[in-house]
Amino acid sequence: MSQKVLELLKAQFGSKILETSSQFGDDTAVVEPSAWREVAQFLRDDSRCAMNMFTDITAVDYPDRDPRFEVVCHLRSFDKGHRIRMKARIGDEYADGLEIASLVPVWEGANWFERECYDMFGVRFVGHPDLRRILMYEEFKGHPLRKDYPAQQTQPLVQYREGVLDKLAPFGADEGMPFGRQTHDISRNEEAN
Amino acid sequence: MEPLDEELEESALELPSEPMQLNMGPAHPAMHGTVRIVLELSGETITKADVQIGYLHRGFEKMCERGTWTQCFPYVDRLNYVSPMLNNVGFALAVEKMLGVTVPERCQYYRVALGELARICDHLVCNGAMAMELGAFTPFLYCARAREIIWDIFEEETGARVTHSFGRVGGMARPPTAMFKDMVRSGLPRLLFMVGETEKLLLKNRIFLDRLEGVGRVSKETAFALGWTGPTLRSTGAAYDVRRAHPYLVYDRMEFDVPVGSAGDNYDRFMCRQEEIRQSVRILEQVLDQMPDSGPVNIDDPRIVLPPKEEVYTTIEGTIQHFKIVMEGVKVPAGECYSYTEAGNGELGFYLVSDGSGTPYRVRIRPPCFAAVAGLQQLIEGAMIPDVIPTFGSMNMIGGECDH
Repeated sequence: MSQKVLELLKAQFGSKILETSSQFGDDTAVVEPSAWREVAQFLRDDSRCAMNMFTDITAVDYPDRDPRFEVVCHLRSFDKGHRIRMKARIGDEYADGLEIASLVPVWEGANWFERECYDMFGVRFVGHPDLRRILMYEEFKGHPLRKDYPAQQTQPLVQYREGVLDKLAPFGADEGMPFGRQTHDISRNEEAN
Repeated sequence: MEPLDEELEESALELPSEPMQLNMGPAHPAMHGTVRIVLELSGETITKADVQIGYLHRGFEKMCERGTWTQCFPYVDRLNYVSPMLNNVGFALAVEKMLGVTVPERCQYYRVALGELARICDHLVCNGAMAMELGAFTPFLYCARAREIIWDIFEEETGARVTHSFGRVGGMARPPTAMFKDMVRSGLPRLLFMVGETEKLLLKNRIFLDRLEGVGRVSKETAFALGWTGPTLRSTGAAYDVRRAHPYLVYDRMEFDVPVGSAGDNYDRFMCRQEEIRQSVRILEQVLDQMPDSGPVNIDDPRIVLPPKEEVYTTIEGTIQHFKIVMEGVKVPAGECYSYTEAGNGELGFYLVSDGSGTPYRVRIRPPCFAAVAGLQQLIEGAMIPDVIPTFGSMNMIGGECDH
């Protein structure tokens, strides 16, 4: 369906398009991470692609592969009606170098999607105007959708946080919520005993 | 007598002013769904807004990586709990896309019928709640009455009123009941009557209109860049409906219009949803006429669909099949796919990655209202506090879906 776009990309960027594939009717282009934004800009502005509808951006963790993470972006063109998936592979096995250019300057809708991706995988989007956690809270440790984050993992109890309204805490900072998490948090229970 | 301010300097007369911060939510009575909006105000005008979501985060994507593909259905139910059937069908279609199978025709009609009923539910709740938050309580009750008609049908068909978990890979949990068509046929006129009554109450109401018209305006280009789909995008004049642009199931045989707005304000979003209810009713009438009364609902593939219960109890093949599917799950070919359907709020996408086993490697949902709520900030900046309520209402944020 959008084979033409893949051909266009290959002609335009040459070796920066690492591979292209089509599976289950979806067309995918794997892009060199350094050319991420450049390719996105081209896809949006070139009249033959006209990918003006930003659809989705996310990541997948493959702990066994060498660039461990894949950042996946889905796009659609309103006028042409075609879709494309754009991927870039980044990060080593310790999740170092997990950086890629932000797409917010190209599609402003990428803002929250990139924040979510940062929250869940720790992918840092360079040039993002406001990169902070979105679904999790600030004090959350780790990135839950990574494969090495155990699903049963518990998080430390968060201290009472001074709100923006500077409301006084109804209780002291270290005595909030004496119930709840305790039964799951083994180390904490041991301390108490 | 001297005027009081004669001795005072000019500057001392001005009241001290500094921006005020106001928290709306996470549990605000006029916000359906737990969302927190931090507003910075100058008088009653919003100068800065920060929309904070995540209060309903339940780790849907992580949970899906721990069970079989079929075990995801109860989770997808709870994404958009206002129209769970659309999520069920969307997820089933995504897995079927990877398996390369197509469900029988009767099932396709059945899925369209249930999906459209769920869509009507979704729009009724959104518009009703939006009216209620603006002080019009009666229309909300009318909408709830209308929704009751649909929920009765769902209860009869699936056994559950809200979270049905009715979709299956390769079909549905059960075939349509004998009274399905009659129930829908008799329910639709009553439903349309309720919808009409709601409109009569609202659309000549000056208070309601003044708070919708021209508020929360957005242009087509911005809506595209924000990733908006569904009624929020169509209200700006862009006629993009997945059912029309990329027809799935039997939507290519249906005659229906894609309503679009022109201004992209709250009023257009409201009216788009109202009109879509009518179009869904139109689709439902065609489905009832065309849907075959007999024939299989599930595909005939023992590797995907559970065998009938009698076979499980009486034959060894049936027992083994059942065991394999339940314990190991449906084996989905390795690879990745992005499947998209039109849910109540817009394009509901599932990006699935499989490693060839019975457990999903990655399930990514692309929630339509996530993009809509992301755009809320720029809609309300520069507006007044009361404008936040209808604008937020017309985004139709569904917490479960938005927060994953």
